[in-house]
Amino acid sequence: MKHIRTLNTKNLQNTVKKGGCGECQTSCQSACKTSCTVGNQSCESKRQQM
Amino acid sequence: MVHRYKNNGYLIVLDVNSGSVHIVDELVYEIIGLLETNVTPSEIVKNLKGQFEETDIRTALEECESLQEAGMLFTEDTYEEIITQFKDRKTVIKALCLHIAHDCNLACRYCFAEEGEYHGRKALMSFETGKQALDFLIANSGSRKNLEVDFFGGEPLMNWQVVKDLIAYGREQEQIHDKRFRFTLTTNGVLLNDEMIETANREMDNVVLSLDGRKEVNDSMRPYRNGKGSYERVVPVFQRFADSRNQDKYYVRGTFTRHNLDFSRDVLHLADLGFRQISVEPVVALPEEEYAIREEDISVLCDEYDVLAKEMIRREKEGKGFQFFHFMIDLTGGPCVYKRLSGCGAGTEYLAVTPWGDLYPCHQFVGEEKYLMGNVYDGVKNQKIRRKFQNSHVYAKEECKDCFAKFYCSGGCAANSYKFHGSVDGVYKIGCKLQRKRVECAIMVKAAKETALLNAHSKEER
Repeated sequence: MKHIRTLNTKNLQNTVKKGGCGECQTSCQSACKTSCTVGNQSCESKRQQM
Repeated sequence: MVHRYKNNGYLIVLDVNSGSVHIVDELVYEIIGLLETNVTPSEIVKNLKGQFEETDIRTALEECESLQEAGMLFTEDTYEEIITQFKDRKTVIKALCLHIAHDCNLACRYCFAEEGEYHGRKALMSFETGKQALDFLIANSGSRKNLEVDFFGGEPLMNWQVVKDLIAYGREQEQIHDKRFRFTLTTNGVLLNDEMIETANREMDNVVLSLDGRKEVNDSMRPYRNGKGSYERVVPVFQRFADSRNQDKYYVRGTFTRHNLDFSRDVLHLADLGFRQISVEPVVALPEEEYAIREEDISVLCDEYDVLAKEMIRREKEGKGFQFFHFMIDLTGGPCVYKRLSGCGAGTEYLAVTPWGDLYPCHQFVGEEKYLMGNVYDGVKNQKIRRKFQNSHVYAKEECKDCFAKFYCSGGCAANSYKFHGSVDGVYKIGCKLQRKRVECAIMVKAAKETALLNAHSKEER
């Protein structure tokens, strides 16, 4: 495209059917524990596939 | 819903419901602004042909339309439909924060546990209670394989033998129950020695090392009980620890307060000390504390996030890059919508355990008697609290519905909301503003990285 560059490759809407396994880490906006924020987490089931 | 914004020369459009992020030019930026207000394409052409070439406008409109058709622009919110089934979901417990010690060898002024004093009721967790906590976690984890156990406090190194014994017990139980424990440790570093570092490197998936930044900043908020600062003691041992983990799987973790609104200087100070994984975060405090962040501090803080983001990009180019926790964002998909809706998991999937085995929604609620949920012997007795947290998500909060950051933030911190507004179902407004700024900066940093990669790639091709 000439005017637009899209950064990301996956669509959140596609996760409605496939998501919800619950294996991901708990998240906290604070790193006073050791978790991630929701926005920066990876999907655990994807990680296991890699 | 889309969110357009400009930052550091990038024109960015976030399509909230798909999570798509687009870097656009001025023309598309204007077009999307007009499309948002339902201006028709032909009116848009009329509107903009004074500023742009008509052929360009039409091409740009086509590009927007094809994104729309591909479900990446102006996508509908289809998630409210799944909320009912989501609210009734069965939750299991998969993470515990063990308060290994209700005691501390520092007296940090912003500590959620009254400078480590815990209302004067100091205690260390016994191995028996810790064992029971791990058993409770396993028994209530359903089919979840990955279980998280955080060694927290107070200062967990004050009860180090119990930490080691619990790790050994956990490893044994993993085999029996087909689970995998992710152990993590948060520490102020005062007691840290080589043996602890070695054990942590073998057993801990992540460690959090508490340090606020510049010496004068750190020592004013993180003194020993006798008033002396702790910076000189902990910096060298933290540097050694971070290096021994190859500058990965740890965070050096600072807190900024009203006393250091120029916190980007503290982040950069930590980077200059050699740390590559850094988090510096706003203090959680009651509004009446003199160090609490106030509404009038927000614009200064937002400027600081901008300054920090720019400087991070510059250092990355020079090969001196570092990670900043709040700017980390996964645009390759990240967690699924169910995770985005369920947020941190406090009070449902994740609980805190006191030295006596009492259960609370998270460490911030420990000691708030009306949030006592049960204990590791009898389990979760107060289902009402669990349901309250389970039903607290972005669609239940009026302020979240129209917020572009809702799927990154997931409704914010319940503890912040409770401390500031008296209810876990609210939102901590100051936190919201900072969160939105952070998401904008995080996306911009990603855009800058991508742009740098593209430029490097096209240089190679030439």
